[in-house]
Amino acid sequence: MLSAEEWTILTLSLKVGGVAMAAVLPLAFALAWVLARARFPGKLLLDAVVHLPLVVPPVVTGWVLLLAFGPNGPVGGVLERWFGVTVLFRWTGAAIAAGIMALPLMVRAMRLSIEAVDRRLESAARTLGAGPARVFWTLTLPLSLPGVLAGAVLGFARSIGEFGATITFVSNVPGQTQTLPLAIYSALQQPGAEAMVWRLSAISVALSLVALVASELLTRRVRRGLHVL
Amino acid sequence: MSFDIHVEKRLGEAAVALDLTAGAGLTVLFGPSGIGKTSILNMVAGLLRPDRGRIAVAGRVLFDAAAGLDIAPERRRAGYVFQEPRLFPHRRVRANLLYGAPDDGALAATAAMLGIGHLLDRWPRTLSGGEARRVAIGRALLSDPAFLLLDEPLSSLDRARRGEIMDAILRVRDEAGLPILMVTHDPEEAERLGTRIVRID
Repeated sequence: MLSAEEWTILTLSLKVGGVAMAAVLPLAFALAWVLARARFPGKLLLDAVVHLPLVVPPVVTGWVLLLAFGPNGPVGGVLERWFGVTVLFRWTGAAIAAGIMALPLMVRAMRLSIEAVDRRLESAARTLGAGPARVFWTLTLPLSLPGVLAGAVLGFARSIGEFGATITFVSNVPGQTQTLPLAIYSALQQPGAEAMVWRLSAISVALSLVALVASELLTRRVRRGLHVL
Repeated sequence: MSFDIHVEKRLGEAAVALDLTAGAGLTVLFGPSGIGKTSILNMVAGLLRPDRGRIAVAGRVLFDAAAGLDIAPERRRAGYVFQEPRLFPHRRVRANLLYGAPDDGALAATAAMLGIGHLLDRWPRTLSGGEARRVAIGRALLSDPAFLLLDEPLSSLDRARRGEIMDAILRVRDEAGLPILMVTHDPEEAERLGTRIVRID
């Protein structure tokens, strides 16, 4: 049904989305936890910064990434000099762009689920002899897990759909950075590629639909599972 | 003395203050709702920090503002039965009971005493109000507590359940020999269970 070229596009998209989501997951959870639980000056600012990629034009995010990860950029320079690695025009760069763009969505879902954890259960655990670390591993994390998974699924879907920051940052290189939306964009410029546009678009819609339904089901679990008797 | 509590705490507009020295057995803190009885239990458990004062239970100082001493709740060995059961929804009854227990040696006996032996494999959400409350009492007892804190343990239960839980509390009072501090606004409960009654108003 799909051509070899389309299979490459699909597997590359899944790889970029999967790696982006997995790499950002711990950071997103840590940020969600801090925003849900900690109180400190500048929290509002941190909240705003985390949400920036959601609001700033993606092309600007891509350009900032280009500055940071370019050969003379603060991150790109270090990667190049110390490890001989560059992410420009590579799938790794596409994953970085996708991960940054997915971060706010993931933080939002996870933050809600952490906030939904009943603090009274945690204080009960404290009186039963559990220190803060045990409370986290035995209560906070398992009780917020459905929301964490919902955030991960949502982040994965958002990563696969990433366009603006990716094309600005790592360009549109077939086999390296040409994920589904970039391939659709290219096919649209090409006469006679309508069938490909249809197929790739259908795949995109299907993937997004599955992710949204899965994430909604998980979010419902959060709401149902956390009642206290 | 079993309980030696001298605390003051401002909570918004209201102020909670208590001077209490009580011996062995079950001490009832009796008074109308909303007067800060629960706050006092929370201060003894270490969940709420008094503005000033000193708390010692069974000869061990748990809090002393002047000395800068404030023992963390997990090291106070309080067996706290909250007003609502606060069972962990993602763990079965057995795992709830054993959450704070050093081992499962006392599980069978405690479950039998509270009449919850047949509930061990159930999920908390499937329990009735009375069952959940007995599990909460068992969980507190099994955590090897040095003292017990009971917050309205009989409220919102029907008559039959109340009798059941009251019997369980009497058994704990007389068999385990732990100092118990119980909060209630029900005079009948206070009369029946208390070794002594401390009125707060």
